[in-house]
Amino acid sequence: MSVLVYINSNGEKIAKSAFEVVTYAKKIGEVTVVTNGKADESKLAQLGKYGASKVLVDRSFDGIDEQQIVRMMATAAEKVGANTIVFSDDLIGKAVAPRLSVKMNAGLVSGVNGIPNADGTIPVNVFSGKAFGFVKVNTDKKIISLLPNSIQPEETGSDAAVEEFDGNAGETRVKVKETKLPEGDIPLPEAELVVSGGRGLKGPENWNLILDLAKELGAATACSRPVSDSDWRPHHEHVGQTGIAIRPNLYIAAGISGAIQHLAGVNGSKTIVVINTDPEAPFFKAADYGVVGDAFEVLPRLTEAVKKFKASN
Amino acid sequence: MKILVCISKAPDTTTKISFTDGDTKFDESGVKYIVNPYDEWYALVKGLELKEAHGGTVTIVTVGTAEDEATIRKALAIGADDATRIDLKAEDAGQVAAEIANFAKEGAYDLILLGKETIDYNGSKVGGMLAEHLDMPFISLAESMVVNGTTATLDKEIIGGIQTVEADLPLVVSCAKGMAEQRIPNMRGIMAARTKPLNIVPASGAAQQTSFEKYALPAPKSAVKLIDPNNMDELVQLLHNEAKVI
Repeated sequence: MSVLVYINSNGEKIAKSAFEVVTYAKKIGEVTVVTNGKADESKLAQLGKYGASKVLVDRSFDGIDEQQIVRMMATAAEKVGANTIVFSDDLIGKAVAPRLSVKMNAGLVSGVNGIPNADGTIPVNVFSGKAFGFVKVNTDKKIISLLPNSIQPEETGSDAAVEEFDGNAGETRVKVKETKLPEGDIPLPEAELVVSGGRGLKGPENWNLILDLAKELGAATACSRPVSDSDWRPHHEHVGQTGIAIRPNLYIAAGISGAIQHLAGVNGSKTIVVINTDPEAPFFKAADYGVVGDAFEVLPRLTEAVKKFKASN
Repeated sequence: MKILVCISKAPDTTTKISFTDGDTKFDESGVKYIVNPYDEWYALVKGLELKEAHGGTVTIVTVGTAEDEATIRKALAIGADDATRIDLKAEDAGQVAAEIANFAKEGAYDLILLGKETIDYNGSKVGGMLAEHLDMPFISLAESMVVNGTTATLDKEIIGGIQTVEADLPLVVSCAKGMAEQRIPNMRGIMAARTKPLNIVPASGAAQQTSFEKYALPAPKSAVKLIDPNNMDELVQLLHNEAKVI
């Protein structure tokens, strides 16, 4: 079976989520990756290591305009004869996959957390990760949108052939005026390690405690809703029901009580560490490791311990 | 400006999730439904703010059954002019988008607003699908929007940052946090909502593309391991050797 995968290759490096979707698609069929922009051939060829047989690149447009990507993907699907298309369920996938679903009359399954079962149903996260569902697609064509951090990238092959193609992407109707990417930060949705602070930290002037630990770990930083509502931290750091949902390997929460709305954004994390003065804080029920103590004392100690660990490893 | 706001019901955020009929259906007994917070707090209120600034109308549309009318009245109480319910118990996002598109085609709306996702299935699907049906640009995850004449300028979330974009109306916009300030309906709004028009139109029969065959709950989490706050070396060792995350 022929499977098409979209990846965004506009960044400096190809994101880990791209290697994840290629690894995933390889488990379903023969993989053709489709991308656009100016990325070097050598950079694209490495996708072969994760299982891509071929990479099709449309050099006629840069960027992430969803209508252009949709036209390119529909053109590529026809060219390759693919009935299954895989996206990463990130902010690009969320904008593009639904449009493509209508254009190709392909059933869309999003929030996917694993490979299809023997009966053809696809496992997904629902209710903000509080439950799982198994979805059947009733159309011949299907689109799978895979949650980041659901599968480990596997290097199995060698470089893929890179071929330029014309995806008939057409014109964009959305003009990009400015792109602001905070420099040096690890994008939260892609981070494997996350350090997060809540109201218990008492004010933005104390955030160095979170930033120091994050720096030592090489982690991204996040916060709870009251923190971003009070403008102690930017909105894009807010994880939870009304913020963003993340699935890192490690989530360290300091001074966050763990309201159900916050848990909804982080319960996909592999390991959760909770630091709180209140032993009754609901977050401890969702945690793997708990530290009942004052974040103002515990965080610097933890930062020191990580520093010591890094120096000896 | 003619504004259409798509709303959906969603279980209250504190709902305990369970399943019935051999784990094939979401157990609705005792579940309190609310207007999906993203639709209400951000899309609907943004629509009202734009109407207040530029004039025009705000129409609510939802796909649902008679049971959903309480949530529609709540949305009307916040301030929309009228509402339409497309009479269907929809089974997937594809149906919802196709039905709303079919309705919206007749209305010549300048702006179609909806929340970034519903808090139950978290699909983020309807907005993009709707835009494709209507051949309109889709601005996803907008945090702010200013309309000047027939042009909208929006800040939208992208991976790792914010992008400022500009596009001509008509547009479909999915609304995220920051788009508007949540409003609480007042008594006057609630009284007025009772007599606002709530039209019911039949569904056009869009096909269901996907179906949930079964559900499952995650395995219960094992009890938390408590670490002495004075011994962070132990925590680091556990994260390295046991959890294998650092």
